[in-house]
Amino acid sequence: MLSIQGLRVAVGGKEILKGIDLEVGVGEVHAVMGPNGSGKSTLAQVLCGREDYVVTGGTVTYDGRSLLDLAPEERAREGIFLGFQYPVEIPGVSNTYFLRAALNAQRQHRGESELDAMDFLVLVKEKAKLLELDSTLLNRPVNVGFSGGEKKRNEIFHMAVLEPRLALLDETDSGLDIDALKIVAHGVNTLRGPDRATVVITHYQRLLEYIVPDRVHVLMDGRIVKSGGKELALELEDKGYSWVEAAR
Amino acid sequence: MADGNDRLKEFTKGEYKYGFVTDIEADTAPPGLNEDTVRLISAKKNEPEWLLEFRLKALRHFLTMQEPLWPHVHYPAVDFQAMSYYSAPKQKKALDSLDEVDPKLRETMEKLGISLEEQKRLSGVAVDMVFDSVSVGTSFREKLHELGIIFCSFGEAVQDHPELVKKYLGSVVPHTDNFYAALNAAVFSDGSFCYIPKGVRCPMDLSTYFRINSAGTGQFERTLLVAEEGAYVSYLEGCTAPMRDENQLHAAVVELIALDDAQIKYSTVQNWYPGDENGKGGIYNFVTKRGACRGKNSHISWTQVETGSSITWKYPSCLLLGDNSVGEFYSVALTNNYQQADTGTKMIHVGKNTKSTIISKGISAGHGQNSYRGLVKVGKGAEGARNYSQCDSLLIGDRCGAHTFPYIESRNSGAQIEHEATTSKISDDQLFYCQQRGIDGEDAVSMIVNGFCKEVFRELPMEFAVEAQKLLSVSLEGSVG
Repeated sequence: MLSIQGLRVAVGGKEILKGIDLEVGVGEVHAVMGPNGSGKSTLAQVLCGREDYVVTGGTVTYDGRSLLDLAPEERAREGIFLGFQYPVEIPGVSNTYFLRAALNAQRQHRGESELDAMDFLVLVKEKAKLLELDSTLLNRPVNVGFSGGEKKRNEIFHMAVLEPRLALLDETDSGLDIDALKIVAHGVNTLRGPDRATVVITHYQRLLEYIVPDRVHVLMDGRIVKSGGKELALELEDKGYSWVEAAR
Repeated sequence: MADGNDRLKEFTKGEYKYGFVTDIEADTAPPGLNEDTVRLISAKKNEPEWLLEFRLKALRHFLTMQEPLWPHVHYPAVDFQAMSYYSAPKQKKALDSLDEVDPKLRETMEKLGISLEEQKRLSGVAVDMVFDSVSVGTSFREKLHELGIIFCSFGEAVQDHPELVKKYLGSVVPHTDNFYAALNAAVFSDGSFCYIPKGVRCPMDLSTYFRINSAGTGQFERTLLVAEEGAYVSYLEGCTAPMRDENQLHAAVVELIALDDAQIKYSTVQNWYPGDENGKGGIYNFVTKRGACRGKNSHISWTQVETGSSITWKYPSCLLLGDNSVGEFYSVALTNNYQQADTGTKMIHVGKNTKSTIISKGISAGHGQNSYRGLVKVGKGAEGARNYSQCDSLLIGDRCGAHTFPYIESRNSGAQIEHEATTSKISDDQLFYCQQRGIDGEDAVSMIVNGFCKEVFRELPMEFAVEAQKLLSVSLEGSVG
């Protein structure tokens, strides 16, 4: 589904990604781990089309098409979703209203009819229950006054409503207590399917006990230095990133 | 600007060089402002003597006044002697079809969701008898007549209800009030007159839209609206369709009077031609609007959505004279490209237990400069006065400006006055978040701006609110860099 080849990315004139190769097939869950500053978030943001992240080399193919040619909203409508590390607040725009606008924009792109307010409300309530999100958070402006944990759960709530084909979860586990972690993981697992794929970006192995990956990649200093099965995550937990560094 | 005043003085002292002779048959007065011009206007309108005197008094006062220069706006000096102050209502040649209309204008009207029939009417295209605005207007007028409500042009009111006009005209905005009020009082063209008798609740929103004839709107409009004891009216001024006028200066005066237990809701949506992307052309909208809450428990609220004009300069205000009277001001003012706005309100608390609410939302985009200027004044005898003001600015892009000039003057230690202000911008992070969910940049800006304006839109009559939202989207086009 997603094929990244030799991707080089610079931000503010500084090269952050120095040649990434990554293949994600349908139905797969990949984990990208690495120390701070390795370029994990950069990878997620550039895949979604953030303007400040300049691609200086390499290609990215999504479903056989060049992804880098598309505007951010087009990539979203093609089914790519980013669970933000730091979800931003949008005052004045209710969570529900926002999601409905997003979902309908995506449905329209796919040639589907828009959901009216009633049907949408039914959908939203169902998904809110899945993420154990309080109904008051549905009508609050997006992320305004949400706790850190609520913001992260809201991200997965958005994902549940939008049902993307490729989900990129950027440190979704940071700031979550164990209960919230389980709820989020449950939400993500419910959305897994043979025609979908997920890339989980995280520091810690803990999330991966609940969202079990097929492949684990270690990103260090802008390059993927090691890949393996889910056991790699456990080895990292045990030995630390310096072990990987030493083994290079 | 000192030039302009000197020129005025020069003119009145010296001989009138145009050799002007009062000629009632003439269709247009030659440029210049003097007693003859005013007499011509009054004669053309067949006005009674007292109204001519009203105008002349105003003119004489105007000629002694200095043009005010304090607003936070810049514009080239207006030459008051170079303008013509009267032209007969032109019967614009009817166009045969919408194809003859400026395509850009058509495009805007489409985006605003204006129906084809309405577009024709607004553009001066001959209208089918199927959509007969005359008959629509007629059945509407019959209903009002049954209730004793008077809603007609100011000119008609002078002829048909002179005693009412005479009683109230100039009682809220006297000609001495300010430079433009004096000018308006001298040369006002036409406007609206509305009178709601005791205890009558006007059953429909009164819209100036029905009253605008094909000859176009006036340059110096004068509006007078009176609600007697226990009366209620909701009045809509303006429309979202972009309005052009070859006259650049618009100096209107609106006076509202609410007696005991009466309520007036006055809503305005203004989209006058704002000038081109470089700020050339565009209408100067210098308006004096004031409501007098004369009666006990009277209530006047102003709601405005200002997106047009090159320069907007207005402070719809409330004089809270009656005990327990309430004044409200809800405003959304948008400045894009090179537009400028200096707008706000004055709430003057005089009676006891009076209350005022001010909610002002300013949106600046492009190179727009938006200023809020508000005065909350509490008199010595205004026991129990309460005010709440909220003034929010939203900046889009980094070349625009938002400025706030709040004034609070209280002479009563028991007054409760609250003022809150916020300034925010639409950040790249917010835009990217929206885009990543599938919403494109312009829709995202629209959505965020509408969220910002929600509290004000809530106060508009529903159809106006829907139009206002669309208008905001259209006005913000191109603001996402």
